Amino acid sequence: MSHDSLEHRNKRTLRKLLIWALAMFGFAFAMVPFYDVICDITGLNGKTSSTASTEGPARTVEDRTVTVEFITQRGQGVNGDFMSATRRVKVHPGEITLVNFYASNPKTSEIVTQSIPSVTPGEAARYLHKTQCFCFDQQTLGAGERKEMPMIFYLDPELPEHITTLTLSYTIFDVTDRVAANNDTVMNNNTVAK
Amino acid sequence: MSTAAAAHDDHHHHAPTGLKRWLFSTNHKDIGTLYLWFSFIMFLVGGLLAMVIRTELLEPGMQFVDPEFFNQMTTVHGLAMVFGAVMPGFVGFANWMIPLMIGAPDMALPRMNNWSFWILPFAFLILLSSVFMSAFGAGHPSAPNFGWTFYAPLSTEYGPASTDLFILSVHMMGISSIMGAINVIVTVFNLRAPGMTLMKMPLFVWTWLITAFLLIAVMPVLAGAVTMMLTDRHFGTSFFSAAGGGDPVLFQHVFWFFGHPEVYIMILPAFGIVSSIIPTFARKQLFGYASMVYATASIALLSFVVWAHHMFTVGMPLAGTLFFMYMTMLISVPTGVKVFNWVATMWRGSMTFELPMKWAIAFVILFTCGGLSGLMLAITPVDFQYHDTYFVVAHFHYVLVTGAVFSMFAAAYYWLPKWSGVMPNKLLGELHFWSSLLSVNLLFFPMHFVGLAGMPRRYADYALQFADYNFWISIGGFWFGLSQLFFLAVCLLCAMKKGEKAAARPWDGAEGLEWEVPSPAPFHTFETPPVVK
Repeated sequence: MSHDSLEHRNKRTLRKLLIWALAMFGFAFAMVPFYDVICDITGLNGKTSSTASTEGPARTVEDRTVTVEFITQRGQGVNGDFMSATRRVKVHPGEITLVNFYASNPKTSEIVTQSIPSVTPGEAARYLHKTQCFCFDQQTLGAGERKEMPMIFYLDPELPEHITTLTLSYTIFDVTDRVAANNDTVMNNNTVAK
Repeated sequence: MSTAAAAHDDHHHHAPTGLKRWLFSTNHKDIGTLYLWFSFIMFLVGGLLAMVIRTELLEPGMQFVDPEFFNQMTTVHGLAMVFGAVMPGFVGFANWMIPLMIGAPDMALPRMNNWSFWILPFAFLILLSSVFMSAFGAGHPSAPNFGWTFYAPLSTEYGPASTDLFILSVHMMGISSIMGAINVIVTVFNLRAPGMTLMKMPLFVWTWLITAFLLIAVMPVLAGAVTMMLTDRHFGTSFFSAAGGGDPVLFQHVFWFFGHPEVYIMILPAFGIVSSIIPTFARKQLFGYASMVYATASIALLSFVVWAHHMFTVGMPLAGTLFFMYMTMLISVPTGVKVFNWVATMWRGSMTFELPMKWAIAFVILFTCGGLSGLMLAITPVDFQYHDTYFVVAHFHYVLVTGAVFSMFAAAYYWLPKWSGVMPNKLLGELHFWSSLLSVNLLFFPMHFVGLAGMPRRYADYALQFADYNFWISIGGFWFGLSQLFFLAVCLLCAMKKGEKAAARPWDGAEGLEWEVPSPAPFHTFETPPVVK
């Protein structure tokens, strides 16, 4: 009885509950990769793959036409132009199509940009394959530069039948400061390594 | 870590007086009192901020404050009320009543109890000080201005400098709540009097036990969310920043995973209070005790799978929408069981309408109104129409003000005789009740109408056609705010021991261990545990 005193029992319960609280703190962070997985499966956030598709389309469905619309938006801190050469294209699933985008930098210094894609409806996101996209990498725009940025895509022939129109939206962000900060970190780490 | 028994030995021989008594207190009654006064002060502070909001909305057009300041008022009002008034208020009741109700000498971890209270005033000092930052040259806006839900990227990329103060204070509030919750669970598990089995515990103890588990489950998630905000703002991570590969919508998922259980954290103890008061004044056993316990547990479990109903308009696959809609509607089943049980308890009871009972009945009726508008909001297509309008504001103020806050008034009138040894002043109490009841409905009911007509929330101005309603809403707001001065007077009179002396059992239908001890409850109670038959 003395071994299992009230004080011991209290401490034991306290310890269990503290561990639980810490685990839930960890759970908040576990939600981040979990959310990414859910998004990949369901297209919840409409993100398309961030790597180039290496396989070409299996076939082209000639008797089906889907409208693909393009929207461009400028994120915080970007004041140059950002637009697509065309607002919409009609394509057959499996047909490879090139669309040019343009971005300009009116500033007097170089900027680094990153464009983020999003597809509506979200469930179409994983049926949109890109073999080339300016969004795969950061794009550097020199002072006053206007840049043509091609994007080559095709729609998966398995695209669900009820989807007749999908919208691909790009938001361009100025990540110059972010890149500079990362480079600093890398350099510091290298210094430490030496 | 000292336990209850050890702390008691310290206390028997010297009881500190003055400021030290309160600063170093490990006594559950003193700490309960501190929590309750703190909660009431924050209620008045939060109310004052709401008065600024209602003053600006008295007439259309910009009158008194600029929109930037208005947004700070809505944000700090929400935070002060949720984290400062409602949550600490219930912790105060838990501190005072749980040991008395289960026959324990004190809370199980008294030293931690002291700590969990004393963190709070500093957390709010930090948060409230941010309102005055720009006066000291900290730039504009001064205080957080992104709403109490602090959605990214509004709070991460566009937030004012004081967002970091906000993050720190939320961390402190979270630590305080988690420690308070741990204390409740350890106390209930280990310190029950012999014979007090789980299914004999008063419902207030049950609802608090379940609330405590909810707190430990979700307050760390809130801490995680603000930590991610902090690293996004200052340490180059991109949890919520699209530019760096993150997703702002993720923030809403993390936040509401905390936020929805939080809603039940703020209402389950209220269910427990009302379930104690109604049987007393109906002079009948609570109808369906076991079903009340199971209903509370069901509500708590369901609260983890409904969070995305706050985000229908953000967009999600159809299957997800349906899931969250049906799960949300399912919550109305256990809640309906509770309302049915309260009504069935009153049915054919020998009812009398003393002050606690008046508040409790008002709670049942008005909380049910709030629940019904919640059911409307659960319907996805309807939610698309109502989202972010005053209809939502009306809904959550019905469940939080006429729900949670009314239950706390009921509890205060019910247990003030036990705490202070004197009966609360009847005349002031009646004035407080009737004045609050009329004004609160004038304040919140018309919000349903302007909301349905499309008036959005969180704006400093509105379209002309909403002018008449808003005028009366503001009048209701000022009236409700001033009505609380009656309650302040009631509390001060009790604190000064002015009033009719209270018997150990001041309400003749009251049952439970808390009425076995004299009024006012002595500093130490149940040092030898009572035997529960």
